[in-house]
Amino acid sequence: MATEASSETEVKENTEESSAQPDQSEKATQETQEVLNTEGEDKEKGKVKEKEGKEGKGISRYLPTWLKKQKSLSQTSPTKETPPTEEPTSKETEGEEVSAPEVNGHAEEAEEKEEVKSEPVKEKEEESNSNGSADTEPAKEEKVEESVQTTPEEKKETTKEDQVAEEKKEQEQETQAEADVQEGDGQISIFQSPLRLVRKPKMKVVVCRVTLLDGTNFSCEVEKRAKGQYLFFKVCEHLNLLEKDYFGLTYKDTHDEKCWLDPMKEIKRQIRSNNWQFSFNVKFYPPDPSLLTEDITRYLLCLQLRDDVASGRLPCSFVTHALLGSYTLQAEFGDYEPDQPRPLDFISQQTFAPNQNKEMEEKILELHKSHKGMTPAQADIQFLENAKKLSMYGVDLHRAKDSEGVDIMLGVCANGLLVYKDRLRINRFAWPKILKISYKRNNFYIKIRPGETEQFESTVGFKLQNHRSAKRLWKVCVENHSFFRLNTPEPPTKARFLTLGSKFRYSGRTQAQTRLASSLIDRPAPSFERTSSKRISRSLDGAPVISITEAGRDTTENGHDPHLELQSDSKDHDKTQEEVLKHQASISQLKRSFMEAPPPSPPQPSQWEKRLTSSPASTIRVQQQQVSLEEEIASVLLSRHAGAPCSTPELTLEAAVTTCSAATSQPLEPLLLSTPPTFSSTEVCVPQTEATPADSAVSDTKEPEKTTEVEIEETVVIQEVSKAGLVTVTSSSPADPPAEQEVRADEDEVVAEDAKQKKQESVSSESESEEEAEYHPNVTTSISNTQIPEEKEEVEEVEEVEPEVLAAEAPSLPAEVSQPTEETPQEEEEPSKETEEVKNEPEGKSGDPETEESTEDPMLTPDETPKSFVPEEEEQQEPKVNGEASAVDAEPRPHGICCSELPVVKTEMVTISDTFAAQKTEIATKEVPIVHTETKTITYEAAQLDGSADGEPGVLMTAQTITSESLCTTTTTHITKTLKGGLSETRIEKRIVITGDCDIDHDQALAQAIKEAKEQHPDMSVTRVVVHKETELAEEED
Amino acid sequence: MAGLMAGFGHYTHAIVRGIPASLATEALRTSQAEVDLDKARGEHDAYVQVLRTRLGLEVVELPADEALPDCVFVEDAAVVCGDTALITRPGAESRRGETEAMKEALKDLKMNIVEITDENATLDGGDVLFTGREFFVGLSKRTNQRGAEILADAFKDYAVSTVPVLEGLHLKSFCSMGGPGLIVIGSSDHAQKALKIMQQMSDHRYDKLTVPDDLAANCIYMNLPNKGHVLLHCTTEEFPESVKVFEKLKDHMLIPVSNLEKVKLDGALTCCSVLINKKKPDN
Repeated sequence: MATEASSETEVKENTEESSAQPDQSEKATQETQEVLNTEGEDKEKGKVKEKEGKEGKGISRYLPTWLKKQKSLSQTSPTKETPPTEEPTSKETEGEEVSAPEVNGHAEEAEEKEEVKSEPVKEKEEESNSNGSADTEPAKEEKVEESVQTTPEEKKETTKEDQVAEEKKEQEQETQAEADVQEGDGQISIFQSPLRLVRKPKMKVVVCRVTLLDGTNFSCEVEKRAKGQYLFFKVCEHLNLLEKDYFGLTYKDTHDEKCWLDPMKEIKRQIRSNNWQFSFNVKFYPPDPSLLTEDITRYLLCLQLRDDVASGRLPCSFVTHALLGSYTLQAEFGDYEPDQPRPLDFISQQTFAPNQNKEMEEKILELHKSHKGMTPAQADIQFLENAKKLSMYGVDLHRAKDSEGVDIMLGVCANGLLVYKDRLRINRFAWPKILKISYKRNNFYIKIRPGETEQFESTVGFKLQNHRSAKRLWKVCVENHSFFRLNTPEPPTKARFLTLGSKFRYSGRTQAQTRLASSLIDRPAPSFERTSSKRISRSLDGAPVISITEAGRDTTENGHDPHLELQSDSKDHDKTQEEVLKHQASISQLKRSFMEAPPPSPPQPSQWEKRLTSSPASTIRVQQQQVSLEEEIASVLLSRHAGAPCSTPELTLEAAVTTCSAATSQPLEPLLLSTPPTFSSTEVCVPQTEATPADSAVSDTKEPEKTTEVEIEETVVIQEVSKAGLVTVTSSSPADPPAEQEVRADEDEVVAEDAKQKKQESVSSESESEEEAEYHPNVTTSISNTQIPEEKEEVEEVEEVEPEVLAAEAPSLPAEVSQPTEETPQEEEEPSKETEEVKNEPEGKSGDPETEESTEDPMLTPDETPKSFVPEEEEQQEPKVNGEASAVDAEPRPHGICCSELPVVKTEMVTISDTFAAQKTEIATKEVPIVHTETKTITYEAAQLDGSADGEPGVLMTAQTITSESLCTTTTTHITKTLKGGLSETRIEKRIVITGDCDIDHDQALAQAIKEAKEQHPDMSVTRVVVHKETELAEEED
Repeated sequence: MAGLMAGFGHYTHAIVRGIPASLATEALRTSQAEVDLDKARGEHDAYVQVLRTRLGLEVVELPADEALPDCVFVEDAAVVCGDTALITRPGAESRRGETEAMKEALKDLKMNIVEITDENATLDGGDVLFTGREFFVGLSKRTNQRGAEILADAFKDYAVSTVPVLEGLHLKSFCSMGGPGLIVIGSSDHAQKALKIMQQMSDHRYDKLTVPDDLAANCIYMNLPNKGHVLLHCTTEEFPESVKVFEKLKDHMLIPVSNLEKVKLDGALTCCSVLINKKKPDN
């Protein structure tokens, strides 16, 4: 988020300084994002990147993460070593850019704009403080004016704060720090806005202690203002770990709760204490560890799991304890040798289980004997093969209460959200079933996709212990969803390849990405010593740290066997579609397919469901219908409702910036300019909004009542979006597929998910922002604002909205649209302009519904009235998130029948829908605040079409959805068997989401998909083909 | 590999119990049909013969107890998975005594015995569906939440999800496993509803085999050496339509087993045996 914030700030600055140079600002923002990923690189390359802009990103995509990481590390490391020299250079070169990345902290603050509204000055100050160099600019237009006044104060405060912090933490470096601060001030003066302080205070160094998985400690020096990413890289470097995306650093917050260190944010701002103590842990447990490329990665995973098992976090039976323990013994000590007493000693010293006893130890030894000849790596693999089957493997539990106050546990895992009461699983929400994730205060909400028999989505609410835990849960959900469900961060996020953080949004690569990256690993298997960690007081070489040194038995084993195919593919960065498809196919086999609860089988109102659902969802349902449609279409929208209005604008700005950078230049400029106005408008509105906004925020999901009651601070709408394009092939044999709608929904979901990633990142950052957000009553307003930012982050996501829906929903859209419009249109600073812009957009695009929306938008924008439109809000949010969608070009679509194409350029929403689609309720909506993206939806239908319109689906006999994900492609196969009047129909809907760079020929991909579908089901006919394409203009240019 | 969840359907032993004379008159039932004791015994003998002779299981036959009219339905007295046996606490008070003999028999088989000591917990084995990857526990008249929790504690490796049983005596009164990942389910509304819940609650995907008759959905699946997939199911005499469905399972050795009399006491095929796998999987 910080990145976003930074971008915004930059943008603002640019606007302030020179509104005429919007492009630069955009570029800068992009750069900043990149910078965030690899601060070091960015700094050095700085301006160059700015110019290169998109190109650089594109290239960066292909670069293996570790490459970049190394660069970043190298760069960063030098800075540490010789801080003084580098810093000045970096400052100059990087200038604004540098500030942006640093700003991460700001973004959060920005989110909390509410405060800003009330106390703009304070916010600025805070921001400045956080950044050190204070990129106060985020204050934006509103603030800008104020900023002039406040700036001096802020500076003072910041310096003071910095000094204080420094003193506290490290008196040693105080002098340097101060010097830095001074320098920063000087720079400020040099630069246009004082607010922006270049982080020169880097000089300060803090010693971080990281507890590794083997129990050893790793210490390293880090600049006081370093981001989490830096430390994480250092640790990974120390561990010689390349597949690092599964891991993360944790720290204990002031309440002694374990939190994940956000790589994109400054460490200092996260720990909030002077306890620079961290722990290296597995963050995402790979569902299939055998797909990991390197043994060292598996070894680390084993270490984590051993601890999980021994501590009882991962419960397992006696037999399993013994089995896992025996593999541990084999891995650490090799074959059982009765003569050697060591294993016995070891075994009693070692903790294998929380309730370890003699019987278990004997059992372990007994099983150990049976592993003779097994290499350590093999033993690890066996360990993991068994551990992964445990029901609680990779499940992150959070205490909560249901709507009736019953104690439950919420478990977040790769597949979704699990609900436990005591040890019993009482409900489960697979990611595809979840439309939105949000939290407000200590409430955590998920909006559930309606089941086959249900018309409306429902929202399930849980109470967490406090706001912090709600936010923590929310973040974990966002991260897990994006990691496991999304293929790739959307194009804007290209930075993904940069290690930890892909740039903004979701600071990490998805599993798909990390797998691809892993397949590219080309190094001899690193040898590492399997020290049985400290646990064993082994008389080996004393310090058991997992040194990169060569120790091991494993060396031979460490080959990267698994992904030969992948490697070949991956090597060719310019993959042809065919390659990609093949690749996907091969990958799809490898990758586990998510089992989704068949859409038709939504959770039946069972006892607990009733309980759970009783919350807001049920009541609101009726109202939600419209929304539901939209949502289904847009299914995945991660919208975050942030508290402070002020913050939201910033976010939006950021988002806009990002999109702009990614996409076309024209809209961008206007956007930048416009943004400031928006902010002002938003700010003004804030008070009002706050009052009403809550409703709007909630509105998406639920009943107004609840909405009002519960303000959603952050909402994540899960959208899976295909950056490149969606190719949906629906083949139905005998009968019509009733499921078309569902399918579309699925698509939407997919899109939404993708969006989520982006959003997630953004959200996460936002969420992190501050607890204060909780207090903000303005949630609603904030929501709109926040949503926008999120959208921006997500940028490229495309939502499909049916024309009908659009019309109906139009009112709702406006709010969201307004922001986007602002961006796209060239309007400057004036809210009215924004509205105008909005109007303009629709015209260009030709969508009637769009126009309607646009009209509404203007109204809404200023007041944030959109909130009132419950359904709309979500839609709006989604679209916004999708940002990408906004610009839709009616570029020539390959295939013959275009039911409807609504090219939208620059416009927020572009929807191309078939008449059928309309009937079906399918909606292709693209709302993009920023024009960066083109969205096209083309539907080809066979004449037969009963279409979904037929309405009577008959009796659904079976429905299953199979999703396979590869790096670039997500294939969702939805098979529905329906009984209609004695005839059974089998309908197979395949949704193929191709996420990729321009290299992919979508037309070819479509043709290929259709061909494959025909081949696979020769007895069936293709009745409907829907092509939904979202493209970032910028990318295309590449 | 002695891995988790290996060898679903592998059984070496079966525990059954004789039919007491009191069955005909005193056994619990939800219907009023007259039970012919001799026919019931004949059926049961045939059932045991299939297990012992046809399938080659080592059958432990516990003697009937006149004081326990329902004792033939041994499934409710214990849940066995792997090396662990959970001795239940049947929901019907009159049946609590059935667990004693079962416990002894399982001890003799060297199983790890877990008992329910919580007086608030009730659990009938008939409400426990083990799919090979996880447990589903029906919350019914005979089984409560606490009982399910204790089961979850006993089998920590597995996810244990609860499923409300709105109609029918037990969860397995309308469903059972027909193979690895294959759930046989009745076509009644409540059965379908339960299936959907199970599907939603699971991280795994299950195929389903829908049979017209709920009671026919209770069958016994085994995977036996030299025999492969074996399915004991209802007879054509009882449920002709459902049998047609079973006959579509080409990979299974299908063995119709008559259950005309015991069904009058809500006894299904799975009710009459506790299946155990004593052979250690290859390691």
